[in-house]
Amino acid sequence: MTGIYLDHAATTPVRPEVWERMKPYLDGTFPGNPSSIHRYGRQARQAVDAARVAVAESIGASSEEIVFTSGGTESDNLAITGAARARRHEGNHVISTKTEHHAVLHACAQLEREGFEVTYLPVTADGIVRLESLLDALREDTILVTVMHGNNETGAIQPIADIGDQLREHGAFFHTDAVQSFGTLSVDVAELNVDLLTGSAHKINGPKGAGFLYVKKDTTLHPLVFGGEQERRLRPGTENVPAIVGFGEAVQLLQKEKEERAQACKRFIHRLLTALDAEKVPYEMNGSQEQKLPHIINVHFPGTQTEPLLAQLDLEGVAVSSGSACTAGSFQPSHVLAAMYGENDPRIRSSIRISVGYGNNEAQMDETAKQIAKITKKQRKVLGQK
Amino acid sequence: MIYLDNSATTVPYPEALDTYQKVATRYFGNPSSLHDYGSETEHLLRQARQSIADILEIKTNEITFTSGGTEGNNLAIKGVAFARRHRGNHIITSAIEHPSVLETCRYLEKQGFEVTYLPVDHKGCISLQSVKDACREGTILVSIMHVNHETGAIQPVEEVGECLKYHEKIRFHVDHVQGATKVPLDLKNSGVDLCTFSGHKFHGLKGTGMLYVREGVQLDPLIHGGGQEQNLRSGTENLPGIVALAKAFRLSNQNYSKAKNDLAALKTELIQELQQREGFHINTPENSSAPHIINVSILGVRPEIVIQALTKKNIHVSSKSACSSRLQSASEVLVAQHGPKERAETGLRFSFDYDTDKSDIDPLIEALDEIVPNIRKIKEVKS
Ligand SMILES: Cc1ncc(COP(=O)(O)O)c(C=O)c1O
Ligand SMILES: Cc1ncc(COP(=O)(O)O)c(C=O)c1O
Repeated sequence: MTGIYLDHAATTPVRPEVWERMKPYLDGTFPGNPSSIHRYGRQARQAVDAARVAVAESIGASSEEIVFTSGGTESDNLAITGAARARRHEGNHVISTKTEHHAVLHACAQLEREGFEVTYLPVTADGIVRLESLLDALREDTILVTVMHGNNETGAIQPIADIGDQLREHGAFFHTDAVQSFGTLSVDVAELNVDLLTGSAHKINGPKGAGFLYVKKDTTLHPLVFGGEQERRLRPGTENVPAIVGFGEAVQLLQKEKEERAQACKRFIHRLLTALDAEKVPYEMNGSQEQKLPHIINVHFPGTQTEPLLAQLDLEGVAVSSGSACTAGSFQPSHVLAAMYGENDPRIRSSIRISVGYGNNEAQMDETAKQIAKITKKQRKVLGQK
Repeated sequence: MIYLDNSATTVPYPEALDTYQKVATRYFGNPSSLHDYGSETEHLLRQARQSIADILEIKTNEITFTSGGTEGNNLAIKGVAFARRHRGNHIITSAIEHPSVLETCRYLEKQGFEVTYLPVDHKGCISLQSVKDACREGTILVSIMHVNHETGAIQPVEEVGECLKYHEKIRFHVDHVQGATKVPLDLKNSGVDLCTFSGHKFHGLKGTGMLYVREGVQLDPLIHGGGQEQNLRSGTENLPGIVALAKAFRLSNQNYSKAKNDLAALKTELIQELQQREGFHINTPENSSAPHIINVSILGVRPEIVIQALTKKNIHVSSKSACSSRLQSASEVLVAQHGPKERAETGLRFSFDYDTDKSDIDPLIEALDEIVPNIRKIKEVKS
């Protein structure tokens, strides 16, 4: 497909190296089910275990602490509903934030239906949660705190290590959704002081259909799904061996290249913004520009409207988005920007998310800036006349 | 290699794999995104759903894609139980279900539901009468598998469905993971409300599956989030896996039409061969069983030892269901069928795909004739 793909926060292309590693587990070279005890079963088991070691090492965990799932959404649900249900007898209160991904927000909404009380912390205009508001919300009966590491719409990085530090004495479980940060930041469970951490393969150039949940030793969860003995009974079902193998490979590539990739993302974003400046496009950046993931920006183009802007860019071959993909499909204004600026701020209706990654280059940034300049100019004129 | 463990998992069809690779590497958009990459992937998703709906003669909105059979069974059973809790708390299932059904039911018992586990006869089948007898005021769900994963025994689900049509308050779920593309099931007319499929059992990919949810049947989701799959199953769709699933489903159904008689004949032949051997007891009912599974207890030899000896000869088979075969105990299915006897601890399962033929079966028999007497001899010397 030709065109410029700038939606790497929604999903990423599978790297050829990843595909090559997966292939023998798909084409019949290694056909087994890891639970079978014949040779092919054992080979499949070894392959899953090797991927588990790779994932564990990449976040400073031990391999028994990694549970493979079908993706980020399932991991978030397993962490949040699993922890709350397991600790119900100890308390009834959960803390999250207003800018979480829907996988977290809707898992929390499910807990509310089950009778839990959930506090959603606000963020300031930079998109970041203040430690004080967490401390204010924390109660004796708080059993779980879930705060995302890097935001999928703005890239804002939350003070996870500090929050974890505060929670250590309190004893509430601490979960972070690291789906977006895993690809471009250093993610270390000991440094972040977390008990539970979510990652997803298709956001780091791995295949769809695999994710992991880090479950710190001695952290008890209720499973979402019941069945066989797989994943220490926390996640039964025949393991998705090829996808897990692909995930392992994607993680190993990532570990080698993380710093390099982050630098490349910064370069692309810088180039894009420089080009926008050169084209004299009026724009404002949404959220913190200091405490931010390198691969995501959220940009406000005053006098334009998000949806026609996306559609026009799409016609010109530039794929960007308005926020999380799941929000985009349903045409709702971003809950993240609303939490930052208030429901009525014009930014909410005239901002887009641009996210860069594997396969992008500088020329694409120049081309994108040119298209944005052309389209926003037209839109400002049309909308200005109305 | 002779691979006779297709009930545990199958090798994806080359065509399905090809489709998977194309979609995974070329169309990497997220179907929920607005842009063009997104709309192409949305189109592929719709096509896959349509192709499956056409084969099953159901509506496209009655298909929910999942990560596999275990999730499908959990979504169906927990989903109905929690959505219908206000109407009753009684569930009926059988003693020979897959762990993904049994363990889910056991969990629901802890949550205050009552579960009746129907017994099976020596052929490994439940009776229609036992279902009728178990239905009562407050029954909200009946969950019965179509084809048993260890013995291949076919359960009378179409009859059960027919009977449950007259119980409006009861939802009927069928675990069709082993039956799909091997033993036909008429979803449209058989009174089935929910039906589980798993892609990797019919030459699709692991990590893919689907749940048929009859229009109008309410479920509580297991996984909450972006609202994909009509809010029943959130999470970025595994698009390459889904498209490959649709492909494999179509091919597998075509192969069924072509090869079902050959496969059934092969099964009969193997059963007749095995039966002649001393201490070999066939656990698969010869008539009411799927064409691809044969279970035999070989008295006096531990199945693990036979499996290891066979795998050295490059013949790969299993005992019990793959999910529990790491536990060294009797098969729950065979205990239900024969009681806690040696026969329940010595079951071996051979499972075919549509390419299995005599050239796989003959070496198997030859190998068994060498291995089994040897193991028995060693045992005699030891004891
Ligand atoms: C921050 C965040 N959390 C969770 C998810 C869900 O992950 P997945 O798409 O693997 O279900 C996403 C992506 O959609 C995300 O960006
Ligand atoms: C009858 C039956 N139901 C459910 C399952 C679970 O399917 P999956 O392995 O796709 O989770 C299996 C296979 O293991 C099975 O044989």
